[in-house]
Parts: sequence; C-alpha cells; structure tokens
Amino acid sequence: MISPNLIKDLEALLGAENVFTSEADRTSYSYDSAVLPSTTPALVVRPTQTEQLGDIIRMCYEAGLAITVRGAGSNLSGGTVPDTKDSVVILTNSLNRILEINTEDLYAVVEPGVVTAQFAAAVEAKGLFYPPDPGSMSVSTIAGNIAENAGGLRGLKYGVTKDYVMGLEFYDYKGNLVKTGSRTVKCVTGFNLAGLMVASEGCMGVISKAILKLVPPPKASKALTAEFATVQDAGNAVAGIIAAHILPCTLELLDQNTLKVVEADQKAGLPTDAAAMLLIEVDGHPAQVADDAARVEEVLKKCNATAVHLPGSAEEKNKLWTARRMALPALARARPTCVLEDATVPRSQIPAMLAKLDEIAKKYDLQMGTFGHAGDGNLHPTILCDKRDKEEFARVEAAVDEIFDVALKLGGTLSGEHGIGTAKAKWMEKETSKGTIEFCQRMRRACDPNGLLNANKITGI
Amino acid sequence: MSDITRIANTLMKLDDMLCDCMRCGLCQAVCPVFGATMKEADVSRGKLALLDNLAHKMIEDVDAVEEKLNRCLLCGSCQANCPSGVKILDIFMAARQALVEYRGLNPIKKLVFRQLLTHPTLFSTMMRAAAPFQGTVMRKQGSTTYDMPLMSKLIGSRHIAKLPAKSLHATYGALNTPSKCGIKVLFFAGCMADKYYTQLGEACLKVLKHHGVGVVMPTDLTCCGIPALASGDRIGFVKETEKNLAIIAKELIGGGIDYILTPCGSCTATLKEWWPHFASEFSPEQRKTIEAVAARVMDINQFLIDVLHVDEKATGFRNAGSVTKVTFHDSCHLKKSLGVASQPRKLIAQNPNYELVEMKEADRCCGCGGSFTLFHYDLSKQIGQRKRENIVKTGAGAVATGCPACMLQLSDMLSQNQDEVQVKHPVEIYAEMLPE
Repeated sequence: MISPNLIKDLEALLGAENVFTSEADRTSYSYDSAVLPSTTPALVVRPTQTEQLGDIIRMCYEAGLAITVRGAGSNLSGGTVPDTKDSVVILTNSLNRILEINTEDLYAVVEPGVVTAQFAAAVEAKGLFYPPDPGSMSVSTIAGNIAENAGGLRGLKYGVTKDYVMGLEFYDYKGNLVKTGSRTVKCVTGFNLAGLMVASEGCMGVISKAILKLVPPPKASKALTAEFATVQDAGNAVAGIIAAHILPCTLELLDQNTLKVVEADQKAGLPTDAAAMLLIEVDGHPAQVADDAARVEEVLKKCNATAVHLPGSAEEKNKLWTARRMALPALARARPTCVLEDATVPRSQIPAMLAKLDEIAKKYDLQMGTFGHAGDGNLHPTILCDKRDKEEFARVEAAVDEIFDVALKLGGTLSGEHGIGTAKAKWMEKETSKGTIEFCQRMRRACDPNGLLNANKITGI
Repeated sequence: MSDITRIANTLMKLDDMLCDCMRCGLCQAVCPVFGATMKEADVSRGKLALLDNLAHKMIEDVDAVEEKLNRCLLCGSCQANCPSGVKILDIFMAARQALVEYRGLNPIKKLVFRQLLTHPTLFSTMMRAAAPFQGTVMRKQGSTTYDMPLMSKLIGSRHIAKLPAKSLHATYGALNTPSKCGIKVLFFAGCMADKYYTQLGEACLKVLKHHGVGVVMPTDLTCCGIPALASGDRIGFVKETEKNLAIIAKELIGGGIDYILTPCGSCTATLKEWWPHFASEFSPEQRKTIEAVAARVMDINQFLIDVLHVDEKATGFRNAGSVTKVTFHDSCHLKKSLGVASQPRKLIAQNPNYELVEMKEADRCCGCGGSFTLFHYDLSKQIGQRKRENIVKTGAGAVATGCPACMLQLSDMLSQNQDEVQVKHPVEIYAEMLPE
C-alpha cells in the first residue's frame, strides 16, 4: 500500500497529471517487449525535469518502494517489468531534450528519454553520425540503450552503445547527483562509473544526462548480397572477409527458414533454395569502398557463393535490404508468439551454431528461423509458437535452455545485445562463476542497501 | 453471470487477434495521440494490453478501459507500421461495439447516429433552418471562418465555415446524366460534401461533366456509417447502411454503373472495407450489394488519374498573376487504408496556377478522427497544432487534402492561429482550371 502522503508529495513535485494511480494507467506499465509475465506497479510517475529525479528516488526509496525505470519499454529481457506489486515505475520519456550537439568537438549532450532515431536524425542534420542502431531505435530511448548496452547492425565496425558513452550523470539511491566522464576524449578523473552504468539495467542508479561521442559519417558505401548452398560456406565467407582485414559496416545473415518465411510474406523473389544468404555493406572513402567491395566479392566467390549481387541503384539496394528488415516482422506474423533470442558466439563458430540450432529445432519439433549480425557472431534464433499452447511452450523453454548451453559450449555468451533482465538471470552463473554473482551482489548492496533498484534483474541482490 | 464475465467473454472472441501483438511498442513511433501525450495507455500496445487484461479478467475497471480505448483516432498509422501485422482497427472496432453493447450508447450519439444520420431529409432541414440565422451568431475569425460563442456547447471554440444555404442534392435533385465517354458512375457525396462543403460536391460534378462521365446521384443516400462504427454503435451502422444498400441496389439493377465515387477518403474506405467486414450483419441479398459496391467504389482522385488518366492530358491555362504554393496533407483513410497518395498530387499538378510543395510528416494524422474531435477537442487540437506547424513551415498559401473531415480540422487549426492559408480538396483545385 502506498501512503496517501507520498502520493500528495509526488503530486506537489511533479503535478497531479504526472502521477498515475488508476488501475488502467498502472496496468499499462506492467510489461515490456519480453515474453514474460507482467507485474502491475502500485504507482507510476513521470518527471518533466531531470532535477526531479533525485527527489523522486529519495522519497520512494525512503518509503521502501521498489523502483523500476522505464523509457520506451521496448527491451527484450524484462528489464522494465516491475519486480513487485509494491513498485513505482519512473518514466523518462518526457525528459527528452537534446541539450547540445557539438560539431567542433564531436559530442552531444542529451536527456535520458531522447528517442534514439530522433537523436540520430538530429545528429545527421548537423553533418555527423551516431552509429548505434538497435532494431527498436524508432522508439527506444538513449538511457534505455545505455542501461541495456544496446547493439544493432553496425556493431562489427562501429561498436555498440558503450563505445559512444563519454560521460554520464545519474542519481543514486539517496537521490544524490553523481557525475562521471567528460566532454573530452580522454578523462581519467576517478572511477569509470559510466562504464559501470552501461548494461546496469536500472540496478545502480537512474541516468539523468548522457554525453555521447559522435563521428564523421562515411562518404560512400556499397552493398552486396551472396547466396550459399551450405551454411558452412556462408560461415567461411564471414570468417574470410574478416581474415582479409575488411570490416564491413553491416554483415548480416539470413538462414533458409527465415528466407522461406520472408518470401512467403513478401514475395520479394528471395532464393528460398539457398541454405543461407549474406548481406554485406562496406563504407568509408569512395576509393576504399570500391576496393573493399571488390575484395569482398572475391572472398565470396572463393567461398563457393552460388550467386553474388551488386545492386546498381539505391532503389535496388533498398529492395535487397528489405529482406533483412522484414526478417523479424515476417517471422512474427507467421505465428502468434515470437521468442527472439540473441545468443552470441565467436564468429568462427557461426556454422557450428547454425547446425546446432537446426538440430534443436528438430529435436523439440519447433519452427525456428535464424538471422542476425553474422559479422559479430550475434545471431537471432527466433522461435515461432503460441504461448497459449502450454505443451508447445514447454518445448520452447527447453529449446531455449539448450540454445544457451550450446552457445556457452562454443565459447559464446547468453546475450549479445538484449540484456539479462529476469529472462536470462538463471543462466548467469553458468556463463560466469559463483564468485562473479557474489561480487556483483556485494557491489549492488553498496549501491542499493535496501535492494530496491530493479532488484530481481541480472544477478539478484 | 457477472457483468465483468460477460464483457470478458465477448472480448475473448478477439483473443486470437489480441495474441498477435508481441508488445514491441514500435507503434509509439507513429501514433499521433501518443505523440501528444506520451502515455502508454494512449498507444495501441497499451490499449491492446488493456483489452487483453479485460478479456482475461485481470483488470476490473471497465469504464477506464473504455475511456482509454476511445482516445484513438482510428487513423490506422499503427496498423500500417505494425511488424506483427496485428489487425488493430478490427480489434478496436469490435471492442468498442462490445463495450457499447455492455453499457449502452451515449444518448447524444444515439440521437445523431440512429435518427439524424439515417434521415437525410431531417438532417438537411436542420442545416437549412440553421443557415439563415448563422449571420447573427457567427463571429468572423478568418477570411472564411467564424466562431459561434452562443453555440459553444455544441461546437466548442471551433472556427468553422458558413453553412451553405442549400445542400448539394437540394440544388441538383436526383441526377442521372448520360455518359459521353462510356463510363457511368454513382456519386456518393458523403455528408460533408453534400451538406457542408457543397462547393466540393459541385466541383466533383463539374469535373465529371467536363470529362463526359455519366453521373447518377440519388437524393436520399445517408451517412456511410463510419461515425456510428467508430463509436461502437452497430445498430446505428446497420440502420444507415441498410438504407444506403436499398438505394444503391436499385441503381445497380441492370448494370451500367461502372464506379461508385466519393470525394471523401473515409467514405471510400468504409464502403470498400468496413461494409464487407460487417457483411454478416446483413441479409444475403444485401450482402450481394455490399460486394458489388466494394468492387466499384473508388476515391475520386484515384478515378481521375488511374481511370481517366487526366494527368496525361494537357494542363490548364496559366492565369495572370502569381502561382499559389500548395502543400498536400495525406488523409489517413486515403493513404493508409486505400493506398491513394500519388493521385491527388498528380491532380493538383495539372493546374499550372498552383505549385506543389511537400510538408514534413505529410501523412501524419491531422487529429480530427471524425467524432474523436467532438469528444476530445483539446487532444485533437494538440495533434492538429503539429500539422498546422508543418503546413505553415512550407510557406504555402493553400493546403489540399482528400478528405472533408481533414479539411474541417485543418481550417480550424489554421484559423485559430490566424494563418491565411486556404484549405481545398484536390478536385477543387483541378476544377478551377476547367472552363465553366
């Protein structure tokens, strides 16, 4: 039960229109994009000034409320699902101002709720480039990207969100403001707390401001696609491209199941008889792009590509890329529920991983399509099912367990970019160690003595 | 059975469709209501989750769910962009009906949908009776817009145009003109072009006559039914549609009608999509007419370009004086439901006295949403303001759109901001260059 006084105080601070207590409003913040049970919070608040965050946290923490921070609620591991019914959800999506885009020093300063795609567009309008491009970027927020260390298609060459965080401000459990990092390229003033906040999934504090690195945009780009008769050949091609010391900005793979589902949905003329298709884009200086593209083509042919296409026009390129963009939607439309995983393996293990995924799908009699960022080993095995069918969903859960087992055996990791949340918490120790979990829990207790900051997430506290 | 169980059971029939939503939340990027309020319950994911909760009896406050569900323009932007292909509009329409059947219809809506809109003569008489008196109660606001402080209960602080003295069908009577080009159409003006924007109805008839198209226009067609449907009033919708079907069926006897044309994106979408969607509400005979209508109905912009190919004909004469910059607003039903976007632009380009300039977010909803604006005027204005800014930024002296409801909203928004921007239908712009 929440005390009426706390609600009154929060209303005085934020305005009554930013404190949500009705059942219908609270229910709207009980879920996110993960296929997990929902939990309706007791209270939802929406600050409109970053300075209000400190007071909100102090008041709620003192009242013993569990705290979950939410941007767009688009994460895939349950990070924004409240821990208990006695939770407060803090919405950051009204803290959405871009405070500065500095074209001389190549950085930007933003509030936590700025939408990634809108930020990327504002940066582009100033002639610069913010590369991280998670699949949900049209709605996801910058602080959400930081808290989950979101990736995207450009990870191989440009890195992921963590590579663009130069500095942060956040509020700790006492409501005090903490500052870390700076507008400078180099900064060793104290602990790298920004590094700690990246992928912290709302367990360490609440981000109120971010200083982000910007880069000059590439001047040219060129796209290619290739088809293969075996997954092994496609995997060899991926390894071959990297071994030739070319870093494509995107290097994506679609397996045969995905090709079939996308083709059935889109009728785009995709090669459904191919075992796998690669989509590759190189970017940079025009001369280097031409050179790189030629060498990529060479590698593809050497690796037994059965067909290689070089789209001539932007329109043709766009058409080819539609296949990749439509991979998840097409899979999602095939069945009611779509369980999207992101187990990641070292690049060289992609053929082994794909073979294992096929085996697992057969073993549990499930429909699975795999696509993803082959260049960085981050695959998205996607299981199509109906969560209302209890028997089928039990098979899905068993299959997911096995996918993680296989990924770990191949030297990979549980999650490339979706986060741990509650969805993968139970596998944490398997990939790391008991000591790791205990170390994290001790660290968390120092930052959250009462265990109220998204306590169930990642390692528990 | 308890009330909550009854509504839950009804909503469970939608479970297969509700289940398709994977909660990705990408609808947040395109929802105009969410864009204004940033509240999850205002975006489709939030509404679908609430309905899902109500269906599974995990939420008790039915009133609150209904209130949230009604905060939607039914613009279809979410559905057009939904990765999972959730049939959001079907779900919302069915859910609104279930909720209305559960608690009864708002008495004002009942009067409007079941009496006024099904009795075109009554509706026209009322409009005609009001027209002479408007001079005494209307205060001039823009060059063609007025507000009516004495009527604020009914129209709020809206700026509206003067009511015409006579409706379109009162001026023209029952039309049946011969075809010179071999094509005959039934003209379904829709309430707005018949009773409010009569100059639009006249422009359509002028254009069709100019191109030798034979026109049938019965006098007693009623509302297409979309306002009733959007309010969950199945009975009102069926009543209106039965009247229309009887009239149209008579005209279709013996063949000869090639197309049914409307100048309203919403009417076209309703005849083409919603009539067949709710076909099970009608008799087998009526269903045949519904099929025949759906096969023939077409937006008038699309007809002029795709069927008559008027863009391949010579453009009109360039008048003395300057060229008017015009920008185009894509009405939701026209673009997102019917896929008509290039045709109205081509039609405008035929008139050399106009220069088309694109606005930012041309296909973002204007915030009218039919009866949405009546019950959520503040929210509607907030959404409309964004559209107004995009229009004004182009520096255009006119804005065109293929839906009279959008025209009403745009002229209110522009007039409230004292912008001297004319609001027109593309067919009006095209008609201007044709000889009288």
